[in-house]
Amino acid sequence: MDFSFSEEQNEFRREVRNFLEEEIRNGHWEPTCDAWVQGFNPGFTRRVAQRGWIGLTWPKDYGGQGRRHIDRLILTEEMLRYGAPAACHWFGDRQVGGAILSFGSEELKREFLPRIVKGEAYFGLGMSEPGTGSDLASLQTKAVEDGDYYVINGQKTWTSCASFSEYFDVYARTDPEAPRHRGISEFIVDAKSPGVSRIAMIDITGTEAWNDVFFDNVRVHKKYLVGEKHRGFYQVLHQLDYERSGMERLMGNYPLFDAIVQFAKENKLSKEPVIRNKLAQLQIEFEVGRLLIYRVALVMEEGRAPNWESAMSKAYSTEFEKHLAGVAMDILGPYAQLTSGSKFVPLRGMALHSYLGSKGYSLQAGTTEILKNILATRRLGLPTS
Amino acid sequence: MKLALTEEQEMLRKTARDFLADKCSKKFVKQMEESETGYSRELWQEMAELGWIGLAFPGKYGGGDMSFLDLAVLLEEMGRACLPGPFFSTVVLGGMSILDIGSEQQKQEYLPKLIRGEKIFTLALTEPGHHNYDASSVTAKATSDDDNYVISGTKLFIPDAHIADYLLCVVRTKPRSGIGIFLADAKGPGMKYSVLKTMAGDKLCEVVFDQVPVPRANILGRLNQGWSAVQKIIQRAAVGKCCEMVGNLQRVLEMTVDYAKERKQFDRPIGSFQVIQHYCADMATDVDSARFSTYQAAWMLSEGLPCTKEVAVAKAWVGEASERVFALAHQIHGAIGVTIEHDLHYYTRRAKAAKLAFGDADFYREVVAREMGL
Ligand SMILES: Cc1cc2nc3c(=O)[nH]c(=O)nc-3n(C[C@H](O)[C@H](O)[C@H](O)COP(=O)(O)OP(=O)(O)OC[C@H]3O[C@@H](n4cnc5c(N)ncnc54)[C@H](O)[C@@H]3O)c2cc1C
Repeated sequence: MDFSFSEEQNEFRREVRNFLEEEIRNGHWEPTCDAWVQGFNPGFTRRVAQRGWIGLTWPKDYGGQGRRHIDRLILTEEMLRYGAPAACHWFGDRQVGGAILSFGSEELKREFLPRIVKGEAYFGLGMSEPGTGSDLASLQTKAVEDGDYYVINGQKTWTSCASFSEYFDVYARTDPEAPRHRGISEFIVDAKSPGVSRIAMIDITGTEAWNDVFFDNVRVHKKYLVGEKHRGFYQVLHQLDYERSGMERLMGNYPLFDAIVQFAKENKLSKEPVIRNKLAQLQIEFEVGRLLIYRVALVMEEGRAPNWESAMSKAYSTEFEKHLAGVAMDILGPYAQLTSGSKFVPLRGMALHSYLGSKGYSLQAGTTEILKNILATRRLGLPTS
Repeated sequence: MKLALTEEQEMLRKTARDFLADKCSKKFVKQMEESETGYSRELWQEMAELGWIGLAFPGKYGGGDMSFLDLAVLLEEMGRACLPGPFFSTVVLGGMSILDIGSEQQKQEYLPKLIRGEKIFTLALTEPGHHNYDASSVTAKATSDDDNYVISGTKLFIPDAHIADYLLCVVRTKPRSGIGIFLADAKGPGMKYSVLKTMAGDKLCEVVFDQVPVPRANILGRLNQGWSAVQKIIQRAAVGKCCEMVGNLQRVLEMTVDYAKERKQFDRPIGSFQVIQHYCADMATDVDSARFSTYQAAWMLSEGLPCTKEVAVAKAWVGEASERVFALAHQIHGAIGVTIEHDLHYYTRRAKAAKLAFGDADFYREVVAREMGL
């Protein structure tokens, strides 16, 4: 066992920090909770891309750097620590690029990977539907072959980042007769295609967090089928393992952690035993969660898809985010209810935003209950009946 | 970064697991709990011969030249087996401390005997009324009398003192600020022991020092400035307890999952009920996180890195994780788990005792708070 980082890794972390601090100094943005998924900032994404920090682990052949998963974890950990607006490239970098890399044709790889790496292709995830949440295999969106094309009809919902997505990674039923897991395929759909339309959905914090995305006779060329036809369900499980794997599950609201600790110190609240105790407990939970997530990266380092490991770290971490937000609210007392922009609002409204917003973390990318099912059956081998 | 054990450590673990499965049955554990000494001299010698006692000591004293991290692996297995006896006292509390702060002459004199299993050591730190591991709670005192010191006072909850050959006594050497550590002959005049009856059946003692003479040569480390050494001892002990607890918790998780697969109600294994599955998933998360935080702290100690915060994180986390794990383990086992016919109680009692030892979660949360600059 060895819990140290190599000198190069430490150097890389410093480099990322310096870059982010300079971004903040230059007034490009300020640290914000949930900025990894809500911070739309093409300029930032371009500057990150210029440094070669998108697609860091991908082969050089496709524009990547061939670096290690630990390096990417260091990079994303720092982005989250500083609350950097990375939403434009996050999904492409985290999972869609990886899916194309694992399952896509050579042509697809050549078309998309270099563009993701340059920060020029933004993705949204078209999995959920009005009738389809946890039970993803029940999805109803259809794709029917027609010559060189598939024609897609249906509705996706809860599509994060959809308002600025240029492409959607869409799962649709290609064989209605087959058992439900075996008749689904994955497509990359250009958001500008005729027949694609979106309606904004506002979340509990008042943010436009998602869109409903409608597909009305959308024609998609067959070359945009990802992987094998009808194998989409197995591919999405693989992708979800990666979606759950990262530090954003623990550090999505990290700027609030920094801010509330600072607030407690400045207002002498940190001398009150109850508050000291709560903040220290958060620190303990944070450090423990971080280790669970580094374990996931090490699994990937071995060339395995993290499965129950990322289920564990994600289920754990989203509880931490909620706990942090709740403690921050309690510490701020009645001021906590003031919304961003109000007179007297503390910490730029981050606590309230996070308190409300964090209720969704334990739902997205697999609810905590689904993740525990995975842990119980795949890690522990408990029977299903 | 690597979270897997080395090949050598895997081998150590396997040897230890096999050996303890053979030698440390629950029947044996029960006998030891009921016995007066609480250990088997024969097993002790065997462990010495296996090189376990000397594992983490330098070869020049007869040790195995391995690290504290390697010792952590062994402690985990001991926790898994509920091994009774003075290994922890002798090695983690006694030997490691002598190695850390003793003079070369003291090491030469004491460590080889310790490593050969000839002498048993323990630490006499805590006192009646003690709650926290801070310097101000040390009131037993050593006063100098020319060449010698004389120790008076009472120490409480001292593990294995009744069978020890030497006690590392933490005493006040100056009214306000001075703390010293003395190596006292446990069999010398002026000492009185009573063995307490404890939850875990381990042997914690009251030790009364009535004008016990200790030669100046037996001062360990720096006189009057011993508290920082004591803190290091406490850190090592806290991490050592975490290692034992990780072994304990891992075993309890396995026992519980096995039970959930076997036990049938309503014509199906109880482990197929989702509530039970989620309980087990929660247990697994607590066990894995306990393991990583423990080994992180053990690794840092092993590397000689400053690790006040990491030790505190580990002990606070593991202690509370173990409460959750046991609440669920008992719930899943049903009534059989609260009988003495089932093995679970051995683990429950030991985990709670380990949680109380060398600082509980509140104590370490305060340490973390200070480390955060609060
Ligand atoms: C912030 C946020 C962002 C999102 N972004 C996206 C996105 O970009 N793209 C996308 O496709 N989707 C997205 N989603 C949707 C997300 O994937 C779904 O919310 C999730 O799959 C759960 O589905 P549901 O909300 O319909 O809840 P349901 O599946 O209806 O679940 C409701 C409750 O029932 C429980 N439940 C369901 N099945 C089981 C079971 N087998 N065992 C035990 N309990 C069960 C759940 O755990 C939950 O508590 C997002 C959601 C949120 C909150």
